Amino acid sequence: MTSFWTGWISFIVLGSIFGCAWLLWVTRKSQKFDTETEQTMGHSFDGIEEYDNPLPRWWLVLFMGTIVFGLGYLVFYPGLGSYKGIFGWTSVNQWEAEVKKAEETYAPIFAKLAATPIEELAKDDKAMKIGQRLFANNCAVCHGSTAHGATGFPNLTDNDWLYGGAPEKIKETITDGRNGSAMRAWKDEIGEEGVKQVANYVRSLSNQEDVDEAMAAKGAEIFAANCFVCHGKDGKGSHDMGAPNLTDGIWLYGGTQAIVEATVRNGRGGVMPSFKDKLGEERIHLLAAYIYSLSHR
Amino acid sequence: MSNKIPVQNIDPQDASTPKVKTVELYEARKKIYVKEITGVFQKVRSFSLWFLMGMYFLFCWISVDGQQLVLFDLPNRKFHIFGATFWPQDFVLLSWLLIICAFGLFFITTLFGRVWCGYTCPQTVWTFIFMWLEERIEGSRNQRMKLDQASMNKQKALKKAAKHASWLFVAFATGLTFVGYFYPVRELVPDFFTFDISSGWAYFWIAFFTLATYINAGWMREQVCLYMCPYARFQSVMFDKDTLVVSYDLNRGEPRGSRKRSADPKEVGLGDCVDCGMCVQVCPTGIDIRDGLQYECIGCALCIDACDSVMEKMEYPKGLISYTTEQKLEGKDSKLLRPRTIGYGLALAIMMSAFAFKLGTRLPVELDVIRDRGALFQTNAKGYIENAYTLQLMNMSDQVRTFVITVEGMDGVSISGKSEFTLEPSEVRSIPMAVEAKPSALTERNHDIVFKAQAVDDASVKIDSESRFLGPAPVKF
Repeated sequence: MTSFWTGWISFIVLGSIFGCAWLLWVTRKSQKFDTETEQTMGHSFDGIEEYDNPLPRWWLVLFMGTIVFGLGYLVFYPGLGSYKGIFGWTSVNQWEAEVKKAEETYAPIFAKLAATPIEELAKDDKAMKIGQRLFANNCAVCHGSTAHGATGFPNLTDNDWLYGGAPEKIKETITDGRNGSAMRAWKDEIGEEGVKQVANYVRSLSNQEDVDEAMAAKGAEIFAANCFVCHGKDGKGSHDMGAPNLTDGIWLYGGTQAIVEATVRNGRGGVMPSFKDKLGEERIHLLAAYIYSLSHR
Repeated sequence: MSNKIPVQNIDPQDASTPKVKTVELYEARKKIYVKEITGVFQKVRSFSLWFLMGMYFLFCWISVDGQQLVLFDLPNRKFHIFGATFWPQDFVLLSWLLIICAFGLFFITTLFGRVWCGYTCPQTVWTFIFMWLEERIEGSRNQRMKLDQASMNKQKALKKAAKHASWLFVAFATGLTFVGYFYPVRELVPDFFTFDISSGWAYFWIAFFTLATYINAGWMREQVCLYMCPYARFQSVMFDKDTLVVSYDLNRGEPRGSRKRSADPKEVGLGDCVDCGMCVQVCPTGIDIRDGLQYECIGCALCIDACDSVMEKMEYPKGLISYTTEQKLEGKDSKLLRPRTIGYGLALAIMMSAFAFKLGTRLPVELDVIRDRGALFQTNAKGYIENAYTLQLMNMSDQVRTFVITVEGMDGVSISGKSEFTLEPSEVRSIPMAVEAKPSALTERNHDIVFKAQAVDDASVKIDSESRFLGPAPVKF
């Protein structure tokens, strides 16, 4: 705020307050009335007349008290342009104080939970209720509240893992995120015909219906020459690469011919963000236990 | 030639300066010294006031099965009232209750005027107690007036100190009890005296209500009725000519004046009012009822008691000031049943029965369904269309309950996964739930579906919650 606006706001605020105080002060004095003629205000409605009665004195005291309170408030809290007030209060530092207070309350609980191994924690009903809330607040947007995932977002309940489902691996995934699979676009390298053939072959690995056997046979050669690096010779994928298993009929983006072709043609790259800064280690530990519990009931 | 100076007729009235009165814009409160009076209505009042006071102080101490009978448990967001537990969801009931109370007040006011103010209002109850203490400590009206005029001495200081101490004691008991309705009173009282209350706010509120009671009942008194109470301002619109009001019988009383007890009023040319001013001295709001109906009148009938006692001494018939109606004063018949009372009564009866019905059929279970906002739908491993929801299931009863969740509303829709959940008393559980349906069952892009929660142990405890099932556009063959 520029000093002009600061001054302008302060002027209006203080001006109004002192204006009210002045008005109260000058009008409080006694007035002389002709009791013969001036008993009423002259207002009349339905034969009801308004008397000119004095206000109770304690109202004046209250009015003045409000003014004193207002001035005191402006000393302690912001209200005069860019002046911050003696307390230096802002809504941000109030929020931070609340967060700190909450941390102090919950830190011991999470510390205790974080000391329990994930396999054990996954069996603790109470801990899992907390884990479920963490999941609902942080993960459900992409993976769904049921953790069944959605197109492009893996199902976390089927024990099929891109990067591995060991407790430590899950924790690693949440902590650092996963920076996209390296499934690149193959259309330039193997051509449109090659894309169709590979797609047929890949779909044959999990016994999908309507696979063109001849195309699949040709696709097998292309697969053996290019795709095995990540997905392995048998197409079972690799946790180190984050390459999906192509033989289990679980499809991250869909398993129809058209979708698999699109995957091969253009590549895929989903990103799992890092939650290290947002949640901290203890909450990630609990969350990992919850996710672990989903496929280890 | 004689030039006479013309005579000027000078009217002394005209010549005098106009009667000018000095009026302050803000007037200091004139202290009212209320004279204590005994009589029929004062007996009724004191019974009603002590009874209400007793209820206030005792109710919070009554426990049934270890549960305080009336407890507004704010931290847990549960209100226990006479064995029923109310949740934040039931707040609409509270607003209805308040509306019913308001209508009850209107109804009573239409019939009997301001009996609420005179006999039951908390301001009246506590002022009554404080005045009672004042009378015991400082003495009668005259003694109090003398005491206030006297210069400060040991005697006066002692009396004043005793009065304020007794007031503060009652105020503190009031404040402590008030907080006892929000914080289990059996823990609050011992905790308070050992400075062991976990929440600093409890101390604040006890102090607040102590101070508020002390100021309201000790110092503000009629000022609350005159300048703060909204009811005093609008009660007049509920009055009509048949409403019971405290009124002075003008025809019988006027012209007023003092006379010997032996004198026959008719011979002296006076009415029955002996102008003793007793009715003014006993009035807690300091008005003269003989000036007619005023908004300050709280209908407490103390002036009736005062006047009746004087009438008795004078051997005149009682009732110069009485509960009467405008119609009766005009010598006409007064009716209890009139369009206004019938209307209010009917509205009140309808609302009360609707409220009782709602209260009686309230079920201790609540189910909210929130659809996932990320993906609208997906195809699951079975090749079915799947939608995800978060269910909020609340067991609002005081026992452990198992609920079965089912889903209906379209063909072939079912819950995939667990559908039975056991909840602790007053537990709120969020349940992630997947619902699936065969793609062929989807005839529309979206279907209305209904989630049902049913308690296993009690067939009557069940609740529905509507939602939607979304899918891809159906394939047209």
